[in-house]
Amino acid sequence: MTTETYTPPPLPPPFHNTPSHQMHLITQGAEAHLYKTTYLSPSTPAALKIRPTKPYRHPILDRRLTRARVLQEARCLVRLVREGVNVPAVLAVDWDINNTNNNHNGGAGGGADDGRGNGAWILMEWIEGCVVRVVIQRWERYIKSRSASASGGSSGVGVGAKRQVDGEVKLQDNEIEEEEKKVKGLLRRVGAAVGALHKAGVVHGDLTTSNLILRGAEEPAAEGDGEGVSPDMQGEVVLIDFGLASQSIQDEDRAVDLYVLERAFGSTHPRTEPLFGEVLEGYRASYRGSGSVLKRLEDVRMRGRKRSMIG
Amino acid sequence: MISIGLESSANKLGVGIMVHPDDGKPPQVLANVRHTYVTPPGEGFLPKDTARHHRAWVVKLVKKALREAQISPKDVDCICFTKGPGMGAPLQSAAIAARMLSLLWGKELVGVNHCVGHIEMGRLITGATNPVVLYVSGGNTQVIAYSSQRYRIFGETLDIAVGNCLDRFARTLRISNDPAPGYNIEQLAKKGRKLVDLPYTVKGMDISMSGILAAIDGLAVQYGLDGDWNDDEDVANNASTSDDLENAKPTRADLCFSLQETVYSMLVEITERAMAHVGSKDVLIVGGVGCNERLQEMMGIMARDRGGTIHATDERFCIDNGIMIAQAGLLAYKSGSTTALKDSTCTQRFRTDDVFVKWRD
Repeated sequence: MTTETYTPPPLPPPFHNTPSHQMHLITQGAEAHLYKTTYLSPSTPAALKIRPTKPYRHPILDRRLTRARVLQEARCLVRLVREGVNVPAVLAVDWDINNTNNNHNGGAGGGADDGRGNGAWILMEWIEGCVVRVVIQRWERYIKSRSASASGGSSGVGVGAKRQVDGEVKLQDNEIEEEEKKVKGLLRRVGAAVGALHKAGVVHGDLTTSNLILRGAEEPAAEGDGEGVSPDMQGEVVLIDFGLASQSIQDEDRAVDLYVLERAFGSTHPRTEPLFGEVLEGYRASYRGSGSVLKRLEDVRMRGRKRSMIG
Repeated sequence: MISIGLESSANKLGVGIMVHPDDGKPPQVLANVRHTYVTPPGEGFLPKDTARHHRAWVVKLVKKALREAQISPKDVDCICFTKGPGMGAPLQSAAIAARMLSLLWGKELVGVNHCVGHIEMGRLITGATNPVVLYVSGGNTQVIAYSSQRYRIFGETLDIAVGNCLDRFARTLRISNDPAPGYNIEQLAKKGRKLVDLPYTVKGMDISMSGILAAIDGLAVQYGLDGDWNDDEDVANNASTSDDLENAKPTRADLCFSLQETVYSMLVEITERAMAHVGSKDVLIVGGVGCNERLQEMMGIMARDRGGTIHATDERFCIDNGIMIAQAGLLAYKSGSTTALKDSTCTQRFRTDDVFVKWRD
């Protein structure tokens, strides 16, 4: 099979004239490219998520899916903002690039136009902060560096574990407890954020610690920056990336949402996994009806097919 | 070292012989013979009848394979058989044959996971070292990536396999099962032009196929396309070449085309998601549906856009065969695993990630 070189599609209007220093590619996921840009004034940052057309798909199918998904994402976000849930606000959306005006001509025109769209985009409020994944990973490294005992046998962050403190850098037991309290507080707020989302009638579909932002937390400027300092864990927890979200109030869907987060947590933060119960406690306290969801979660965990998947 | 592999998890009975030269040269295929139990149009294969077919053919095929490989039983180091997953009765027929050969020739047995067999054969033939694997066949649909001694399943079907969906739709349309229903759907789909609306059911990294089958079966009935073919069918097929696609009544070809486009898009999408997740650029397609050229084409476009490559094989290696069992079995045998006679059972459920892959780093 041949491998031709691929260049990403040019930015769609109205972004094609945006100077490149105001348009930074953040990530390229399976579905979309995420850019950081500005909105209205150069000092207002915004997140632009472009869903390019997928050339492998049949044009009509591609157009249908791209349109349905970007609209779904926008609708969920708008609903959540209205309900007061911490998510980025939608600034603008184009579900069918270059074709918004002649939408009613029918997709399957013959001739040169094979009915393929040009993708879609959604422009959102920029959330300044640091993803929870990075915060927790920094915290785990900090604890590890400060609690490694002389025997080197530090396993996990067990509460009240006896440690040999033979240097200033090592943390005392009560300090470790303080540190754990801090991360437990963060995890509870994560649970509360997910609870608020579910209460508003939306399930996320792809909850991971990468899709949670701690607003205001400082992003480490470079690799290894901010090491040796316990990361700040103040600030609101904001949910992002609603590309797989849907509107549902079913216990089943909500429980699967929590299960996905639990799996992702286990594979990303093995040292902090024992504290995941705090997320569920935060969730339990966040709205009426959380009890039956947590009960359902126990059933979801038992399912064989999913048991051996890794997240 | 030489191994002989017996494969019988579905309607194909395969016998293959592989050699791993002692001087470290690349492994070679010495023989790859297969016989397929083909049923009339509109019928699937039943376990009982399929097993009877396999029992009737297994001795003939083993003899033929030995002749082709120009070896005698005493050259063989181990006898590999499919332990699962698959249909119970057909699996048993080859397991019995393998036990018999083991006792007759005094050779060790190695039970092999069918899915791992596909993956190892695909890796050997294409030279792909560590790809994301899409395994698509009549009984299995999985997206797999290797990580620390296991082939991990990242996404899979929540109900029926993609090949099963295609085969059953072929039955609805009374499409021939010779050489394979999926192959005939592929040929018919090349004539299709109109895309009918079908459910598109990707759930995270998993997919669901049963609703799509129900939907397209419903459409076939609605347009009177189920059941036997009429003589004027060709005329009806040509009608769809008119320019008014929008209002034209779909033909059998259009339905096959739509089904393929929809389910293959879903497969490519979950594969892409797994590739983004594990950060791999290469993709390997294995299993019977993997020799579909449209699926290979779509996957190729996706891989190209991610700066990677697609690895696929043809029907000799994609469709169930004996050499893949011989290959995976020999790898296990060389790393020291064998199956004792009393453990040489087979099982219908045997997950890919249950196998401890001792032979990879």
